[in-house]
Amino acid sequence: MVEITEGCALAGLPPMVRLVVQGRVAALDAAAASLGLEAPPPMLRVASGIGGSALRLGPFELLILPTWEARAGLDAALAPVPHSLVEVSDRNVGFLLEGARAADILAGLCPLDFALSSFPVGMVTRTLLDKADAMVWRTDAHSFHVEVWRSFGPYVEAQLREVAKGISFSLLTV
Amino acid sequence: MSGAFRLAGRGCIDTTRPVVFRFDGRMVRGYAGDTVASALLAEGRHLMGRSFKYHRPRGPVSAGSDEPNALIGVGEGGRYTPNLRATQVEIHDGMVAVSQNRAPSLRFDIGALNTLAAPLLPAGFYYKTFMWPRRFWDKVYEPLIRRAAGLGRAPTAPDPDHYALHYAHCDVLVVGGGPAGLAAALAAGQVGARVILCDENAEFGGSLLADTYSLIDGLACGEWVARIVAELERLPNVQLLTRCSAFHYGPHNMVALNQRLSDHLATPPADMPRERIWQVRACEVVLAAGALERALVFEGNDRPGIMLASAARAYLHRYGVACGRKAVVVTADDAAYRVALDLAEAGVKIAAIADLRPTPGGPLVEAARARGIEVLPATTIQRAHGHLRVTGAELAPVGADGTVGKGWRVSCDLVLMSGGFTPSLHLHSQARGALRFDDALGVYLPGESIERVRSAGSCRGVFALDDVLRDGVAAGLAAAGGEIGPAWTVMRQDAPGTGGFAGALPRRGPGHLALAFVDFQNDVTAKDVKLAVREGFRSIEHVKRYTTTGMATDQGKGSNVNALAIVSNVLGRRPEEIGLTTYRPPYTPVTFGAFAGHARGDQFDPLRLPPMDAWARAQGAVFEDVGPWRRARYFPRAGEDMAVAVARECRAVRAVAGIFDASTLGKIEVAGPDAAEFMNRFYVNAWTKLGVGKCRYGLVCRDSGFVYDDGVVGRIAADRFHVTTTTGGAAGVLNMMEDYLQTEWPDLDVWLTSITEQWAVIALQGPRARDILAPLVDGLDISAGAMPHMTLREGTIGGVPMRLFRVSFTGELGYEINVPSSQAQAVWDRVWEAGAAFGVTPYGTEAMHVLRAEKGYLIVGQETDGTMTPGDVGCSWAVSKVKPDFIGKRALALPALNAPDRLQMVGVLTEDPRLVLEEGMQLVPAADSPVPTSAEGHVTSSYFSPALDRSIAIAMVKGGRARMGTSLYAPSLDGSAVKVMLVDPVFYDPEGARLNG
Repeated sequence: MVEITEGCALAGLPPMVRLVVQGRVAALDAAAASLGLEAPPPMLRVASGIGGSALRLGPFELLILPTWEARAGLDAALAPVPHSLVEVSDRNVGFLLEGARAADILAGLCPLDFALSSFPVGMVTRTLLDKADAMVWRTDAHSFHVEVWRSFGPYVEAQLREVAKGISFSLLTV
Repeated sequence: MSGAFRLAGRGCIDTTRPVVFRFDGRMVRGYAGDTVASALLAEGRHLMGRSFKYHRPRGPVSAGSDEPNALIGVGEGGRYTPNLRATQVEIHDGMVAVSQNRAPSLRFDIGALNTLAAPLLPAGFYYKTFMWPRRFWDKVYEPLIRRAAGLGRAPTAPDPDHYALHYAHCDVLVVGGGPAGLAAALAAGQVGARVILCDENAEFGGSLLADTYSLIDGLACGEWVARIVAELERLPNVQLLTRCSAFHYGPHNMVALNQRLSDHLATPPADMPRERIWQVRACEVVLAAGALERALVFEGNDRPGIMLASAARAYLHRYGVACGRKAVVVTADDAAYRVALDLAEAGVKIAAIADLRPTPGGPLVEAARARGIEVLPATTIQRAHGHLRVTGAELAPVGADGTVGKGWRVSCDLVLMSGGFTPSLHLHSQARGALRFDDALGVYLPGESIERVRSAGSCRGVFALDDVLRDGVAAGLAAAGGEIGPAWTVMRQDAPGTGGFAGALPRRGPGHLALAFVDFQNDVTAKDVKLAVREGFRSIEHVKRYTTTGMATDQGKGSNVNALAIVSNVLGRRPEEIGLTTYRPPYTPVTFGAFAGHARGDQFDPLRLPPMDAWARAQGAVFEDVGPWRRARYFPRAGEDMAVAVARECRAVRAVAGIFDASTLGKIEVAGPDAAEFMNRFYVNAWTKLGVGKCRYGLVCRDSGFVYDDGVVGRIAADRFHVTTTTGGAAGVLNMMEDYLQTEWPDLDVWLTSITEQWAVIALQGPRARDILAPLVDGLDISAGAMPHMTLREGTIGGVPMRLFRVSFTGELGYEINVPSSQAQAVWDRVWEAGAAFGVTPYGTEAMHVLRAEKGYLIVGQETDGTMTPGDVGCSWAVSKVKPDFIGKRALALPALNAPDRLQMVGVLTEDPRLVLEEGMQLVPAADSPVPTSAEGHVTSSYFSPALDRSIAIAMVKGGRARMGTSLYAPSLDGSAVKVMLVDPVFYDPEGARLNG
């Protein structure tokens, strides 16, 4: 973790397996079950089970961050139902933005409301970070898991640092 | 005390902290809390600027953001900012400020000669005078006019500061921190709503900061403000922003604020942004923007030393400055009497109060009389005397019939004017709020808006302090959904005046030469407005544009109502029949730096780098921008220019092998049981019979039948396709696929995933490509028999998962090695090392273009322009004849899209093989075709071909395929015409022997 301003640190996330599962209810149910979940999470929410986390990015779409062991089980679980399973581990890069000012820094790049009441822990969405498409997942009150496509990584990291540079002046969380 | 006009013991400035700054090179002393205007006024200096058109000497009229005259430049080098209002610029040690629009000096300005020519420069003068000769406008008239007119110069040095942007959300945004705004914010905040309160000034309080008379809950106004601000600061749900102007009210309650963070600091912290734009999304907005005092329109009303009465009061109570020694007050409203009383109490002699009303009365008037101030009812000001400073006023009686009698001169160094108060409607108007004319007040007030917005206090015509506080609380509660709010007792206040005057003051004589200014900033006089009406302009919008009144950066804050009343009087129509011009954002000017925010330099746009970018840089590649991507264009060796390097790269690919980073190609995985059906409907090609492990060139049309994108598609499995698109078309194709899938074919069980950045693509092209690759692919048989052209295999390369496509965009035996992006460089290195013995050469996008042109392969967007059918570009073979439907099928059956004279793709050869045509050249039938003539076609691609050792080109020509073997001419810019021959566009290896090698 690198402190990019007082009260906020930024780190690149290590490589991880990322799978996009798309399909109708049965496919999402099957994917959730194979992770040890009772049901897929509702829209824009994340559910984590013994086999990993499922991020509900769309009505027919889950981004799955499986454990190593759960990876193979997913293929088998999905086999009987129509679905699309595509690995995108290398498409995305991830950042961890952490600290009391993390939400304020995102608010310098993204027009969403990051108040805890509007964007609670466990919420995830695709959005924009300035001019880059991104995914933002609140993993804790002061902790965000941010993903962008690989080539947007340097741009987004530099933008986060630029916003952090000026964030501490006359800006209080509302 | 610094400054002869500074009064000890008054004002909110900090006299223990002297501040020294420079104005026009001269040292000026002031105190922390001063503005440039207050510090100069403390020295008795009113002259601060020159006007826009006539270069008239000007001083401050106001004490706030409505200031039209005292515009100055502040800062040095890259930090220089022109056209700032001296009435708002807070001073700090070492600050450098300059006056504007004057030469050689502020006191003696050569441009002031314009004022002598004023009778010759009426409204519309430029339009009428500089019409002929037409060509003089650009070169002569406009540059001259621009030099003579205008305000500060734009800075030219790069801006060294950084600027911030912040999106914020709240339940209630309160704009304006005067009594109404403070009351609204506190009421809403105490209910628990998320509140943002912003004020453009350095401190909250608004009109209360200059009010030493009223008492609230037994507290002086300043003390009450401090108490309320302290209460607000204790509420964690309230965000307070000073030096922060709400300048734009956008749709859906998206309000933009401009916060100035560092300009008032002598030594700001290193990383402090200079300004920050707040984009606030508010559930409810309370506008507490206040009201602005109106100037009076009389001859010479722009002389330095003539100002609004409320401004003199603000300078007295906020800055401890007396704006003069002897004042004449001209008013149509009671408020100016309080100002006169305050000034008199501070030692300023009040020569007279000229009241336009026939019988002024009430407690304030009586108080003035009791103090011995001469009150002159039914009296106007005929004109002001003086040049660089007002020296006297000519007062004159107004008869019952409105005629003005003979006047007399009163000497003075200060004229205070009060035409009543105009509610500030700018933001309400920007919020698409209706305006309604109030007959009693003689001004417009806010009506209904389509936004969730409400006005409170004097900006909606509520003027008495106790009413204002109640109005603020009510607005705050209504916005926050609360019922019980704070209440205060106003124990002493002035009753609000009901007077006011709008339009030009009555005068004696026609005043043909009188300059009575309506809009100070744009130098628009009453005469100009009347002239516009005489010349036939009836709509206030037209009068505005003809005279430019209200069009300056102050957006008519002080002038609109006066201009309206003049038009109303001349036309004999009521003001509401005339209307009011639209208020445009920004409320006050905003710097370009603030708008740019962090989108500057390298961060202006995302720069996307392909996986082998660092390698290419190490090799000394020259790059080009391809959409958001930066791609290697060519790899020059020592002494090579582009032509030489590209020729060498092309020869290497044809002779041995070249290696190319093709990762930017768009890639989409289409998967699901209905994948083939989806592909059949989406592409013009047929996919059902494409076997697993096979590839096909695919074309996408819009429903118009015009080519939209192309790319090779591989079938990974019965239910899975690996689709490639052009680099620039990646996002568009995916969007179009999703669009059709979601809206037209939701029944299909097929899903799309972008895999552009999952897979990096290493293109290995050339006759030795297989020899280089074969040992690397972990036992995969890639021999010509096992893996012919247009096939794909999944495997590994050095243990790295791989999708290997045998495809070619060069016409050579070639492969596109798809590997996960994170491991692409490692694989590339391995291929590079293996190829070294053969002489593998890296090539860039330029060689790629030449190689494909030699083969007559089209590039979507280069040969096509959005109006080309597959047939036009020689791809009718790709269009399925048997599919029941696909996007564009109906359009492609239209006769017009099959007409024989459509533009068709052909090859073009010049007679001189060394001559390379310009891309974009038109092709005409004869060398001496008359001008203008219709072109028969145009050149879309043109290169020197190393393989053919001559120039080649591709063109789109009407009925081109039937015209092969005939000639056309390409006129060049120098007037000559180049004869060209139309040929088959496949210049190299037309049989495809090399491709299938």
